Amino acid sequence: MKLDLLTSLYVFMLAAFIGFEVIRRVSPLLHTPLMSLTNALDAIAVVGAIILTGEFHAHGAMLAKILGTIAIVAATSNIVGGFLITDRMLKMFKASGPKKP
Amino acid sequence: MTNLPALETIIEITYLVATALFILALKWLSSPTTARRGVFAGELGMLLAIAGTLLHHGIVEYKWIVIALVLGTIIGVPLGEVAMTAVPQRTALSHAFGALCVTLVGTAEFYLRTPEVPRFMMGVLSLEVILGSLTFTGSLMAAGKLQEVLPQRPITYKGQNIVNLGLLGVAVVVAGILVLHPEKTQLFPLIVGIPLLFGVMMIVPIGGADMPTVISLLNSYAGLSAAAMGFVLGSKLLIIAGALDGASGLILSINMSKAMNRSFTNVLFGAFGQEQTTAAGKQEARPVRSATPEEAAAILAAANKVVIVPGYGMAVAQAQHKVRELYDALTKRGVDVKFGIHPVAGRMPGHMNVLLAEADIPYDKLLDMEDVNGDFPQTDVALVIGANDVTNPAARTDASSPIFGMPVLDVDKARTVMVIKRSMGAGFAGIENPLYYLDKTLMLFGDAKSFVGSIVRELGGGHE
Repeated sequence: MKLDLLTSLYVFMLAAFIGFEVIRRVSPLLHTPLMSLTNALDAIAVVGAIILTGEFHAHGAMLAKILGTIAIVAATSNIVGGFLITDRMLKMFKASGPKKP
Repeated sequence: MTNLPALETIIEITYLVATALFILALKWLSSPTTARRGVFAGELGMLLAIAGTLLHHGIVEYKWIVIALVLGTIIGVPLGEVAMTAVPQRTALSHAFGALCVTLVGTAEFYLRTPEVPRFMMGVLSLEVILGSLTFTGSLMAAGKLQEVLPQRPITYKGQNIVNLGLLGVAVVVAGILVLHPEKTQLFPLIVGIPLLFGVMMIVPIGGADMPTVISLLNSYAGLSAAAMGFVLGSKLLIIAGALDGASGLILSINMSKAMNRSFTNVLFGAFGQEQTTAAGKQEARPVRSATPEEAAAILAAANKVVIVPGYGMAVAQAQHKVRELYDALTKRGVDVKFGIHPVAGRMPGHMNVLLAEADIPYDKLLDMEDVNGDFPQTDVALVIGANDVTNPAARTDASSPIFGMPVLDVDKARTVMVIKRSMGAGFAGIENPLYYLDKTLMLFGDAKSFVGSIVRELGGGHE
């Protein structure tokens, strides 16, 4: 699947606008979890690294495999660590007041 | 895209759903009540996207993928379980990992595709690799400074900005040559190596108080480099995730630079750590009023409304749990206790909130600067714990102060101000704080943790 340049730019532009609008609404209270969550989501780059590592390459196969493998390790640790710590942080945010069981 | 084989279509649909889930994840993060649902949505999206990718028919060998996924998980779990006080350095480290992934994939893509790389593609690839490598070393340096394995004080020298911008300029020129002549593979290591060096040089002049801005900025770079990778690989999912991360980092950077009264361009070009020393001149010793824990406890107990202003000093002294005991003891006596939090308090955006939430302080008691500033005139006691420059009234009143114009917490408008501080030393920026010499101000000299502990004992509180 290939995207032409213009489509890619449209996608980027729309995503950037959505990002601004959605993230502007995040309360400063949660800015640390916001950063760790977007970091985990950003590690979706693992998808590119997986294809690079697993695909057949007529030349440069060794290079692709080595760099790809390290890239998967780096991204996966961000995914696992990022989601774990975000959830741990969010669990700590409790409201006061009597509504708790 | 009309005759996609069925499998490809399924993969594309997993990506589409993952994209929607990512956007929902960020949307749900807007409120603490829905935020955990957001994390779940993010996890689900990630799982779907990875599962979809593994189905890809182009993948011929799974061995290394599986090994890498397992290894990444083994490294990721401890990184997700660090202490809350270590969150800033963990975040910096994860920016480094993200950037490493992007740089490595970009490098491999270049060598696989050269010499037939279209110009636009080569341009984006250069952007990906340059941003990725400078973010990698920059974030490692930031993590090192935050973890205190590297010297924390800013190191500056004459012409620093010129050297740094010059380095970046060379990298951009080399990238330009590669765009025109993608077959010159011998030049490629330069657009990795020079930005790697630039990343180090960029963080060398950064001091601790600039860290919130720097981490946000590196966050933004990491996101943009991932989006560039999405352009190279033709992956909409990656473009969108990168754009979201980039936007988030950018918003936080703008917030932080506003909160420090720096122009955004000043921040963007890494011109941190400058212009500080101007007001560092020694002032003559002026008299201050100090108080003992007993006196402080008596004043707090008599108050109706107390606002506690925490700063990095509270985090360093690990005083957040004692602060919680103080909160409990005062609340039990019917005192209304709130927390006023400056956007750049601590070492990353939201740092204080996480520490106080960890100490079980309800989040509705944690107020932003804008929300709390109107309350100070009706506040009996403002208790400042380990914060300095963010409470400096000179930022409002003294046009000659280097931080003039910076938004601050108006603690001086409270009836009584108490400041827990180790000594009379100036804050990070070396700026005198006239707050300490006001008649209404009481200085409480000592370590934040033990001082707050003593106050709690006086109030007859404490959990033990």
